[in-house]
Amino acid sequence: MLYFANWKILLILGVCALGVLFSLPNLFTATQLAWLPSWIPHKQVNLGLDLRGGSYLLLQVDVAAAQTEQLNSTIDNVRDALREAKIGYTGLNVENNAIVFSIRDTDRIEDARGKLAKIDPSLSVAISPDGAGKMQFTPQATDMRRQQAVDQSIEIVRRRIDETGTKEPTIQRQGADRILVELPGVGNPEHVKALLGKTAKLTFQLVDMTMSAEEAKRRGLPPGDEILPAQEGGRPGQQPAYLLKRRVMVSGDTLTDAQVDLQSPEGPAVRFRFDSAGARRFGDATRENVGKLFAIVLDNKVISAPVIKEAILGGTGIISGSFTVQSASDLALLLRAGALPAPITILEERSVGPDLGADSIHAGAVASVVGVVLVVIFMFLFYGLFGLFADIALMFNLCLMLGVLSLLGATLTLPGIAGIALTMGMAVDANVLIYERIREEMRSGRTMLSSLEAGFTRAFGTILDSHVTTLVAGILLYWLGSGPVKGFAVTLSVGVLTSLFSAILVTRLEIVSWLRRWKPREIPL
Amino acid sequence: MIRPLIVIRRVPKIDFMRWHLIGFAFSILLGAVSIGLFAAIGLNLGIDFKGGLLIEAKTQGPADLAAMRGKIDALNIGEASLQNFGAPDEVLIRLPQQSGGDKAQESAITAVKNALGEGVDYRRQEVVGPSVGSELIRAGALATVLALAAILVYIWFRFEWQFGVGATISTIHDVVTTIGLFAIFRLEFNLTTLAAILTIAGYSINDTVVIYDRVREAMRKYRTMPFRDLINLALNETLSRTILTVSTVALAVLSLLVFGGEVLKGFSIAMLWGIVIGTYSSLFIAAPIIYYIQPSRRATAREPADDGGETPRPGRAKGARS
Repeated sequence: MLYFANWKILLILGVCALGVLFSLPNLFTATQLAWLPSWIPHKQVNLGLDLRGGSYLLLQVDVAAAQTEQLNSTIDNVRDALREAKIGYTGLNVENNAIVFSIRDTDRIEDARGKLAKIDPSLSVAISPDGAGKMQFTPQATDMRRQQAVDQSIEIVRRRIDETGTKEPTIQRQGADRILVELPGVGNPEHVKALLGKTAKLTFQLVDMTMSAEEAKRRGLPPGDEILPAQEGGRPGQQPAYLLKRRVMVSGDTLTDAQVDLQSPEGPAVRFRFDSAGARRFGDATRENVGKLFAIVLDNKVISAPVIKEAILGGTGIISGSFTVQSASDLALLLRAGALPAPITILEERSVGPDLGADSIHAGAVASVVGVVLVVIFMFLFYGLFGLFADIALMFNLCLMLGVLSLLGATLTLPGIAGIALTMGMAVDANVLIYERIREEMRSGRTMLSSLEAGFTRAFGTILDSHVTTLVAGILLYWLGSGPVKGFAVTLSVGVLTSLFSAILVTRLEIVSWLRRWKPREIPL
Repeated sequence: MIRPLIVIRRVPKIDFMRWHLIGFAFSILLGAVSIGLFAAIGLNLGIDFKGGLLIEAKTQGPADLAAMRGKIDALNIGEASLQNFGAPDEVLIRLPQQSGGDKAQESAITAVKNALGEGVDYRRQEVVGPSVGSELIRAGALATVLALAAILVYIWFRFEWQFGVGATISTIHDVVTTIGLFAIFRLEFNLTTLAAILTIAGYSINDTVVIYDRVREAMRKYRTMPFRDLINLALNETLSRTILTVSTVALAVLSLLVFGGEVLKGFSIAMLWGIVIGTYSSLFIAAPIIYYIQPSRRATAREPADDGGETPRPGRAKGARS
């Protein structure tokens, strides 16, 4: 028992010193830290959003919707191809992520298959002998498109959030088609959510002036046309819906800049600029259609439909509708950041205001301190000097935990604080086991030293077993839990591991040092 | 020299086995009631699992719950539940999941905020859509089952299989009755509660392991002692440790319950119950079960001594009675 290799002593002391050193930064504020010499570690424990205040959003990229849209735009090509080849068909439509149709003339199925296969290599064409046909994206194409849509969405989401001025946002992919967004400091994310909820797909389309939208609804849609509603809250006297040419003159992806214009006579407006390709196309389109109406369409709603007075060649334009300053600057922001390739749905939101976060930190800290103090007193009452040894080890354990959490860059959440308090209570279990064992060995008439020795060695197996089972629960929680619960799993698991070190090795070192220094004749247990 | 102020000097001689049938009956009753309640009225699932909306608001001055409820009810977005949360000016508003899938949830929050008007500080808001809720339920159930299975395997690996069975039954007992507690008192069952349950599973096994360790040791030491006495001896020898450990953990959890704030309340209640019931089940369920499915003494004796047998002592195997 008395023998303790020097390297072991150094190692234990070294680990304790490192624990103290790495946990130290957590006692200081950021400004105080800046004053400290550089050799002192500066890494603090990351506070979770539930403690520092902030917003957690789980977004889903609606890849299927993007695919349906893609199919909708392909359907015209299918129609053209079949007409050109003079193949009769019926029921051409998009259903369940596939273009469906029925070939009338069953002799020409092979012919149709050949023509349709040329439209898009990522579409598979299947036509059964009775003429029922189906075109859908191949699994590889679906995967690739999903990948692209999510990657692109992450980029757009990042740009939009950056534009709002949020500091240190976290934006990362989760699973196949989800995006996790963390916005520290944003307790009320309504604005961000409103921005993320818009696809911001901007198009310029010609208005079909041969008939009104109502007429088209009654008499059937002219080929190549679509009816789109006007934006809600539009200016008075505006039509409720427009009949538009489906073909897009210019789309928003050719914009290079968009800014709010507050000087416009029609109230707040958005001024935009095309890149050179977009400017040329916009110029051509306006020159050919002077006197006609062109619609500015955002997310399938018509913002406005002004008359083209003359060819617009400068590559700039202005959108005015019934904007407020806020909605105009939001639109400008969305146009600058670009359109989402697919609509986004918010699956889960957890937002905590900074006040509540501060309250939680306070409550958690008070609870932990009170818990630790109670445990410390308890151990002293029941084990005297040895209780103090356990208490000192407990303090080192606390430092080690904080140090490891800081080093790992782990995130501390409110349940995580609960985990710390809990492990403080559990950590002394190892000491209790050892001390009880020593008492027993003393009772059975062993000498002081051999009782100590036996107490430590024979309690070890039990301690290991009980720690491993808690660790199993912690690892599963980390693996399957989410958000704050993960924080709990981390502190619990780290605490279990550090307590194994502190309760066994540190306590043992303390007792050995005490034996060497004071040479006691009996154990005060 | 600083001596302890409170010492339990003697090993008690309590006949635990005398009570084990009462314990079994009590636990079977408790378990049956828990399962029955769970099946009949289910759990008061929080929005983590059920999906829905939660808003924690702070009003200027004491909150007028009736007026707030009136404003929210007028929106027609389902039955709102309002309650004070820790302080008279803090209100927790819960709304059921909105029909219309994941997309419909967010707009309800905005509607509530508009309805309540100015002068309300929103401290927390959570929205869980239907798809995430069901995923979280699945993950939670999976985690619990896996935790139990992993613990069983570990105990099996370290002990005879009979110990594994006993430990698993008593851990399932603890988990089931904790769920029962939440069902009876309609306490909100959410992600942190689930974390507490998994921690209980990991923790309650501690006592059991300690006692089993001692049973196994006694089996090697006293080859001829009747099994009933062996179990009693192990329980009595570990009793002071059991009480002390439970006390320290309970102290930590109690301070969480009292000072940790409203958010941790459910977690702390679950933990506290789990600690108490876990200790009870180690004494009156896990240990007596071993009496009925006795591990073979020969197999136990043959196993290498892993509980500190580095210094073999003469006389340890037989009659080292203290």
